[in-house]
Amino acid sequence: MQTGTDRLEIKGFNLYYHRTKALEDISMTIPEKRVTAIIGPSGCGKSTLLRSINRMNEMIDGVKVEGQILLDGEDIYQKDIDVVELRRKVGMVFQRPNPFPKSIFENVAFGVRMGDNVPAKEKLEEVVERSLKEAAIWDEVKDRLHRSAMELSGGQQQRVCIARALAVEPEVILMDEPASALDPIATAKIEELIFRLKEKYTIVIVTHNMQQAARVSGFTAFLMLGKLVEFGPTEKMMTNPASKLTEEYITGRFG
Amino acid sequence: MTNKMNLRNIKDKLKIGLTGSAVLLILAILTIILGTVIIGGYKSISWEFLTQAPTEGMTKGGIFPAIFGMVFSLLLMLIAVVPVGVATAVYLHEYAQPGFILTKLIRGAVNNLAGVPSIVFGLFGLGFFIQFIGGGLDRSLGQAGLFGQPCILWASLTLALMNLPMIIVATEEALRAIPQAERAGALALGATKWQSIRHVVLPQAIPGILTGVVLVISRGAGEVAPIMFTGAAYYLPYLPKLPTEQFMTLGYHIFVMTTQSPDIDATVPIAMGATLVLLALTFSLNIIAIIIRSRTRSQLRKGR
Repeated sequence: MQTGTDRLEIKGFNLYYHRTKALEDISMTIPEKRVTAIIGPSGCGKSTLLRSINRMNEMIDGVKVEGQILLDGEDIYQKDIDVVELRRKVGMVFQRPNPFPKSIFENVAFGVRMGDNVPAKEKLEEVVERSLKEAAIWDEVKDRLHRSAMELSGGQQQRVCIARALAVEPEVILMDEPASALDPIATAKIEELIFRLKEKYTIVIVTHNMQQAARVSGFTAFLMLGKLVEFGPTEKMMTNPASKLTEEYITGRFG
Repeated sequence: MTNKMNLRNIKDKLKIGLTGSAVLLILAILTIILGTVIIGGYKSISWEFLTQAPTEGMTKGGIFPAIFGMVFSLLLMLIAVVPVGVATAVYLHEYAQPGFILTKLIRGAVNNLAGVPSIVFGLFGLGFFIQFIGGGLDRSLGQAGLFGQPCILWASLTLALMNLPMIIVATEEALRAIPQAERAGALALGATKWQSIRHVVLPQAIPGILTGVVLVISRGAGEVAPIMFTGAAYYLPYLPKLPTEQFMTLGYHIFVMTTQSPDIDATVPIAMGATLVLLALTFSLNIIAIIIRSRTRSQLRKGR
């Protein structure tokens, strides 16, 4: 199995909400510059696992973790890790488009502006243009960069949110059901985009849509009740899953 | 069948009538109050009335020092109450853990503060600000009667204290309305907690904070009890220049004109005029705040 270099590795990872165990002994290696899909029934912990990779779970009270998540060989849960730095390396796109009530330009420039050295205006304009082009929305918004991002359609907002994440030049992009709030045409655009983005970025996407996982991902992890049931190349998992549970889920027996 | 329907109809009409007459009652009371003030006061209003000081034992002349003092003290009050109130609300809503004992304590304190009668604030201001802090300052500076006496500063701080819960509640309300997803979005882009508050949360909370400011201005202008002992003067022959001087203010002036005057026939028209001016001033201050609020709101929507 060809996986490229492995820069993101999850090792014996457990997560608790207060006393409840939400993730149990997850170990998997996420290949670089590929799309890895996390699938599983509702409440199986797929979003929780995703949010563990940029430590967004810390926003929630009573979360405790054990085990390791290694990025470039460094455990991101080590005490001396700077979360702000980590989140610049591991970007995130949320389930519902969540642009700030600011202009399109300011949305995309936000992450860069919050950094330690804010570039000059021309450099910032370059970054915004590059990011919007990468997110395949430049042509639609180039004449209205200084209008509010809230005026855009849901699909456009989501691509602005992707552009916003790209602007800080992350290594990994986490996507939490990024198309679940969008119509089929907007979804297709996002999927196309994900497919192209993997040339530059490592992408982890949570989805409950099996077809979507099959379309966009090279690798798939199947989670159930907080445990990793199966992890491997998407094609193999869709056609010839190793576990009976995976097969039942994929064929729509439950979920 | 028809009997039942009739009965239902009558009951329904009765309820509409009851709620409707409650509305009418309130409108009537408001009209009577405003009518009395306008009819009794409009004759007193003139350019001289607004720009001159009282003369002849306060039975003639204008109310300018009271207008000046009110604006002075309200500005000082806002300078004190807005930053502290907003900071407290930000702490309570953005930083504090809901179950934490200190958080519960602060919240309880804020709620209790809101229920304290204004006269108690006045007495507290006298004891705490003037005697304890002011007196202490004077003693340590080796002088007498600069800080340890009623003045604009202490009156404004007393008003600020009284209005603190309002700013806190209004700000918290505004913070609560901002989607959690936007905070998460900012954090996920590598913003620090403070950056997400400063650049994403607070700008959106400004309209709500301004709502609090509107309420606080009206209440600050209307309350007499907190400033009676802490800074308001019966009569001053000059305009205060420093926050350490006493001041005249409209609310107290109205109280003085109507209850403390030896020549009530001469002073009641002045009191009516002053009331009209007070109402007009609070009204226009409210309008200004509402305009600023709707401007920031539409700017937010436009995304600047």
